[in-house]
Amino acid sequence: MTHERTGSEGLSLEESAGYDRRTLDYIQRAAATGLYEIRGLGAKRKVASFDDLVFLGASLSRYPLEGYREKCSTKTVLGTRHARKPVELATPITIAGMSFGALSARVKESLGRAATALGTSTTTGDGGMTVEERSSSKTLVYQCLPSRYGFNPDDVRKADAIEIVIGQGAKPGGGGMLLGQKVNPRVARMRTLPPGVDQRSASRHPDWTGPDDLVIKINELREITDWEKPIYVKVGATRVNHDVKLAIHAGADVIVVDGMQGGTAATQTVFIEHVGIPTLAALRQAVQAIDDLEMRGKVQLIISGGIRSGADVAKALAMGADAVAIGQGVLMALGCNSGSYVADGRHVSAIEDYRRLGTAPGFCHHCHTGKCPVGVTTQDPQLEQRLDPAVGAKRLTNYLKTLNMELTTIARACGKQDVHHLEREDLVALTVEAAAMANIPLAGTNWVPGS
Amino acid sequence: MEGVKQFDLAVTPLREVNRYLHHDVAASGVERVKILNADGAHSIAVGLNVPLDIEVDGHCGYYLGGMNQLARITVQGNAGPGVGENMMSGSIRVKGFASTAAGASAHGGLLAIQGDAALRCGISLKGGDIVVGGSVGSFSAFMAQAGRIVVCGDAGDGLGDSLYEAVIYVRGSVRSLGTDARFEPMKASDYEAVRELLDAAGFEHDPRDFKRVASAKSLYHWNVDANQEY
Ligand code: SF4
Repeated sequence: MTHERTGSEGLSLEESAGYDRRTLDYIQRAAATGLYEIRGLGAKRKVASFDDLVFLGASLSRYPLEGYREKCSTKTVLGTRHARKPVELATPITIAGMSFGALSARVKESLGRAATALGTSTTTGDGGMTVEERSSSKTLVYQCLPSRYGFNPDDVRKADAIEIVIGQGAKPGGGGMLLGQKVNPRVARMRTLPPGVDQRSASRHPDWTGPDDLVIKINELREITDWEKPIYVKVGATRVNHDVKLAIHAGADVIVVDGMQGGTAATQTVFIEHVGIPTLAALRQAVQAIDDLEMRGKVQLIISGGIRSGADVAKALAMGADAVAIGQGVLMALGCNSGSYVADGRHVSAIEDYRRLGTAPGFCHHCHTGKCPVGVTTQDPQLEQRLDPAVGAKRLTNYLKTLNMELTTIARACGKQDVHHLEREDLVALTVEAAAMANIPLAGTNWVPGS
Repeated sequence: MEGVKQFDLAVTPLREVNRYLHHDVAASGVERVKILNADGAHSIAVGLNVPLDIEVDGHCGYYLGGMNQLARITVQGNAGPGVGENMMSGSIRVKGFASTAAGASAHGGLLAIQGDAALRCGISLKGGDIVVGGSVGSFSAFMAQAGRIVVCGDAGDGLGDSLYEAVIYVRGSVRSLGTDARFEPMKASDYEAVRELLDAAGFEHDPRDFKRVASAKSLYHWNVDANQEY
């Protein structure tokens, strides 16, 4: 039960800032269960973000492009450093790694179909590559994770790029978990686990430790693939400067940096909210690290963690990213946190199912339960039917297309014929925090905090 | 010598040798490949997918035979970290010692090590078989999911920590077991398994001297109290 304050109660109903209802609820829950909370999606707290930046469109001092007539390229090439076959994409907007297990095979198929329609890439996740995603995705990035669940040489050879995952923005330093209710027989078989176990994934790779070993591991994967495929290295954003430099030294073609707003299918809340740094700060440090080593244009940078809109993509590119990866936005485009799902062309209410999970559309973070009301993050044979792969693919194609159009709209307004020409000078910050983290001047001033 | 091809790593770059083993060898009629002067090189004979005999002369660096399928590889020396990592099938025989993470996450095949294996032998094992003639270092079989490990010597600390369904047989002493690992009585099928694996690896011991270590499965579910309220 909640008490709405009317303002007339005076001090008798004054809420504590330190022990507000959220904190009280947390303490009571901990006392009742003796367990930390596990949930899905990413950080909910407010942190400095791309929302705190705005573009300086062209006017007299710069020349804009004609929005509807003049070309603005979005072509993106990743993996030019060592790979014989770099990944060529029609857009810098890619789909982030999400596991089969967390997502159903039908969702994986939707992702592949939409990505292929847009000329971009999808990424596997913990638990291996499914035939659905391989056959539906023109360009598929195959993750090599600490658990190595389902990892095998046939799929390595089928992949278009390999991503060595060291960490994830939602939980840098943590392994994975997939609660038993999602470990159905197919998921279990792919992971070589008994069905129904609460599956733990290791936080460290089994066959290498530290950056010197990583050099050798990367070279092994190159040897296995005859130096053909780009090797990405993904880190969760913490000590970004050092991690990016070490990954470059280790020979990575592409660095993926995932900020703290990045999502997860199941992780401790304390981890999601309290470990890792915001994407904005991480991006600035990653770009600086690449510049310090004079690797701009040789090593490509993908940023992820809370990228939602075309504006976010444009800002990320202007700050120096070569591409972005989207996870949660993709799930939301498929219907995550929507009040209904589509069956036979009709919208069917899912409100009652949200209620059974103790939540409501707009607030759901219950991916870990496997009871996703809209059939996105589930392995339940009934629930997964709620997402028709064709409908999902269409919605996701629309979403990604919108982002791409917004991106080129901004780029044209800033006078760029190529979205990769967006630059830091096109941006100013609206808050002192964002200015300091992004190293971008506060709007209306030349002031960059700290310089 | 018909059907035999020889490479000298002091002369031919490794990249060329691996490429040959991935592509050209299949249709060549070659059945045996000798690789000379390994000299500590990493990633020798990785990613193979042909039923071929490969003999490596000298000591190898990291990841010898990594991700192997079908090939039968023999090393006349020691092997560095991650020998046979993620192997799917075939076999790897190391005549000397093996470094850390031997057979890490191997899904299948046989890894036979004549000497000792260092830390984390069989970590994340996913169905492969590992037979070690000597002893294994600490934290071996960490999170091993499936497959069998036979240790003819002793095991270090934390053996079988967080085990899933893999089974370990140890002939000598175990300094300590890891969380959730426990000794279990040997059954007829265990003696048979040990016999079969010793024979495959070419070691002579009495299966009755081995103890079985497997998972107590108390970590299979997060916390039995998880859904209880107090
Ligand atoms: S609606 Fe489904 S995908 Fe979205 S947060 Fe809830 S359980 Fe997760």
